[in-house]
Amino acid sequence: MSTTTLPIPTRWNPAGVNLGPGLGRLVAVELRKMTNTRAGFWLQVATVALTLIAVIVRCVVGDAADHTFAEVLNIAVRPAAFLLPVAGILLVTSEWSQRTGMITFTLVPRRSRVLGAKLVASLVLALAVLAVSVVAAVAAVLVASPGVDGTWAHLVPLIAQSAVYLTTGMVIGVAFGAILLASTPAIVVLSTLPVAWAALASLSYFDKVAPWLDTSRALDPLPHEVLNGTGWAQAATALALWMLLPLAVGTWRITRREVAS
Amino acid sequence: MISAERLTKRRGSRTVVSDVTFRAEPGTITGFLGPNGAGKTTTMRMLVGLSEPDSGQALFFGGRYRDLPNPGRRVGILLDASAQHAGRQGREALAVSARTIGVPMQRVDTLLKLVGLDEAAAGRRVGKYSLGMRQRLGLAHALLGDPDVLILDEPANGLDPEGMRWMRRLLRDFADRGGTVLLSSHLLAEVEAIADRMIIIGQGRIQAQGTRAELLPQAGTIVEADDLDGLDAALHRAGLATHPADGDRRFVEADPEDVARAAMAGGIVLRRIGPANEASLEQLFFELTASGEPNPSSTTDPSLPEPTGVAA
Repeated sequence: MSTTTLPIPTRWNPAGVNLGPGLGRLVAVELRKMTNTRAGFWLQVATVALTLIAVIVRCVVGDAADHTFAEVLNIAVRPAAFLLPVAGILLVTSEWSQRTGMITFTLVPRRSRVLGAKLVASLVLALAVLAVSVVAAVAAVLVASPGVDGTWAHLVPLIAQSAVYLTTGMVIGVAFGAILLASTPAIVVLSTLPVAWAALASLSYFDKVAPWLDTSRALDPLPHEVLNGTGWAQAATALALWMLLPLAVGTWRITRREVAS
Repeated sequence: MISAERLTKRRGSRTVVSDVTFRAEPGTITGFLGPNGAGKTTTMRMLVGLSEPDSGQALFFGGRYRDLPNPGRRVGILLDASAQHAGRQGREALAVSARTIGVPMQRVDTLLKLVGLDEAAAGRRVGKYSLGMRQRLGLAHALLGDPDVLILDEPANGLDPEGMRWMRRLLRDFADRGGTVLLSSHLLAEVEAIADRMIIIGQGRIQAQGTRAELLPQAGTIVEADDLDGLDAALHRAGLATHPADGDRRFVEADPEDVARAAMAGGIVLRRIGPANEASLEQLFFELTASGEPNPSSTTDPSLPEPTGVAA
């Protein structure tokens, strides 16, 4: 390694010294951070690849008459529904586990702004992945479907509901990451807690409340059934429990927690 | 300009930083000196808001760090060179921060060149970097926003002797152009070689601070001669206070130049002459930072002589 004796380029541009980064710039930075690490990059590649594989498999097997947009889209969003929350978790926890928080939070001392940027970046990424899923589903249906009645039924509502499904799923990941601030525990908790909860909720004792609080019942239908009023109300209560509450706790944690050295 | 006012931090019942007050002025390098665990890092973390002080405050240019509109453009920070995403390329790590604080990407390349990370190194993932390379990347990161203030925790860690000299020059240059540097080290020699002012911290408290001359007002000259009686007489004639020192030496309360003139006037040949405070500064450091608990790596037998080298 050579050592140069270049002078430090100095006072080259006083502009921007008193102008902090706006939300747009912070969001762009967070999107970049999600994809410019080895883990982040391959996570995105895996999400897209699994989406395409799921769509292809769905269209190769099964009865051609079942290849409606609703059915194919339902399969197309599943890989993303599983992997986006992981991306959301890593987006927050890597600041602690990789200790980049020491840099992030000294460059932007208001941590709530960083968390806000991470949330917006999560929405952007989830919508981009949704676009991939929708395009793949549409292409697959055009190729594989015999074009029976109802093939394209509820196209717009289902895309909109899938958008809700994927974005909220990713925000849930961010929230769990913010609470636990460690990648592995957050991924484990997020993948086991709803299952444990669902098992508990299947007891007849919880018959009344389970549909309102169990994500697998309240949220999983979003990509393939058009929800009625009750369905939306149940989705909203489940999201309040699984997304808003963890997000509030996580925000509190992030803004107070010391950044480890 | 940094000023810390009565910074205090407790962890449980233990006070890890207690009542730390100091200023670091533009154009100077301030060395934060103390053994490991003395509270240097905690203090630096409190300065920049990574850790909340239990009491006291730190001000940058008269305001709180978190109120700086774009802190990355005023204050360059290197607290832990290993605190970088292992899976990110060196250049990308700088690019992310450059984008955040709004400096153009060409600045990233300029700084990579400045710290001696070549094209191949810049494209490698930080996880594959040696400690020295991380330290260089960290320095590049601290300089990215063309700051007025640098805060560096143990910046010489992992640098080879050539790298240390290079860093000293770089920081001297930064200070000479009006920058403020606060750096920490547990090595006396390192701080001595670079700092204009020293803050000696031990057990969470500032034990002493000031320039070298202020810390050692009794500084004098050690002189050695064959003809000790003649030397004593010559020094006496010149009116210089003289004390016996080990061997054929005298400790004189005067600058080496005055001692040399006195010896010349007396026709005395000197074998050796030099400032006396190397050893005493080290002694001061040990005295001030001694923890009271026996240090397992150093001798606790009082009959053995003081260690003469600073433990690395």
